[in-house]
Amino acid sequence: MRARMLTFTGQNSPVHRLTGAAKLIVFILWSVSAMITYDTRCLLAMLLLSLVVFRMSRVKFSDYAFVLYVILLFFMLNQIAIFVFSPLEGTRIYGSRHDLVHLVGRYTVTAEQLFYQLNVALKYAVVIPLAILFLLTTDPGEFAASLNRIGVNYKIAYAVSLALRYIPDIQRDYEQISFSAQARGIDLSRREKLPKRVKNMISILTPLILSSIERIERISAAMELRGFGAGRRRTWFRSRPFAFADWLAVGCVCAIAAASAVITFYDGSRFYSIF
Amino acid sequence: MARRNGLSIITVVAIGIGSALFVILGRFGSIPSGIPNTSIETTYALLALFSLLYGPVAGLLIGLIGHTLKDAIFYGSPWFSWVISSGLVGLIIGLASSRISIADGHFGRKEIITFNVAQVAANAIAWFAVAPLLDILIYAEPADKVFTQGLVAGAANMVTVGVIGTLLAAAFGKTRTKQGSLRKLN
Repeated sequence: MRARMLTFTGQNSPVHRLTGAAKLIVFILWSVSAMITYDTRCLLAMLLLSLVVFRMSRVKFSDYAFVLYVILLFFMLNQIAIFVFSPLEGTRIYGSRHDLVHLVGRYTVTAEQLFYQLNVALKYAVVIPLAILFLLTTDPGEFAASLNRIGVNYKIAYAVSLALRYIPDIQRDYEQISFSAQARGIDLSRREKLPKRVKNMISILTPLILSSIERIERISAAMELRGFGAGRRRTWFRSRPFAFADWLAVGCVCAIAAASAVITFYDGSRFYSIF
Repeated sequence: MARRNGLSIITVVAIGIGSALFVILGRFGSIPSGIPNTSIETTYALLALFSLLYGPVAGLLIGLIGHTLKDAIFYGSPWFSWVISSGLVGLIIGLASSRISIADGHFGRKEIITFNVAQVAANAIAWFAVAPLLDILIYAEPADKVFTQGLVAGAANMVTVGVIGTLLAAAFGKTRTKQGSLRKLN
């Protein structure tokens, strides 16, 4: 039952030492760039760079190994689904057709399709190292301060920090409720038939959600008593000023984002073609 | 207490706890339906209920924050087109069901119908139109694939929210004291 999740590792590396706000800006700009571009050269360069940064962070393989399997599975399913639904998508995008192998019916493997699916794969691969790194190297306590720093309303930033704070508690509640339900013979596993399983699920959800609603009332009463939201701004205990390394990281990612946008749209098309 | 700038405290807390619940239920609370790649995501029943209870802003932000955190913590990388669609579901359900005053214990037949019309509309807009269009726009995926995925996910979510969401709302309504329920004894 105990699921692994990506959590802060608290090591000491150049990546860990960056402030949360700098890492957040880097991550956002990086993801947006990766979303926009379909230029293989940019994607390859970004992938290489992200792996270098990943290496620099010295995070342990065991800290993120479990997500890699999930990601790989999802990757494969997605790639297969793309081919099944649209085997000639690449031909449509690149406007040419080089058949390699004919399978059955409308399914022909074309060089364009392989190239297109390679690009799709690269687009995910480019974001994943930095996303994992962001989660492993950012202290959740500092995260809310970073959100506020980049311009998110502090109440929303505080809501995010509440969410991070209460995920472990709610997971524990969920486990306790579901164990006690199982002890009373309420089976949630695949041995039950679907309608019964849904019904059993509801008997866990009801106490979990009703107790959470009570918890919301309790926490908001406590915050009200402490005058939360009275000021227009608030300060953060975990907030740190930008150091040289932070400016450097933000500067680099801005340059990369700009370069990638220029290279991608230089020839007027979002797709880079080798055909 | 006087209304101050922006969100009320209870909304802020509801967004926080709601997002945490979204994360946990998104990870543990999904039941495979037997149809490949389709599961009953109980987390959308939660999202619908919280949008109903705490309003459209809470719904929008629980969808956005909860879905981003869930994808990030358990799957390594957020899938932004679906994150935005989750937010939209919360927003629309919150807007459309703002006349239901469930906190006063009113959740009868009329409210159930309103709630379900709202959730079907929200799921249809988000999963049949917005999610696939964003998939095409952001990730340039094949149209057939994303519309099929959206259709399946949307239909599954409608059924999930319709059954589980309605039952949860009714259960919550019963815990509240009905407004005007005091009767005069002789």
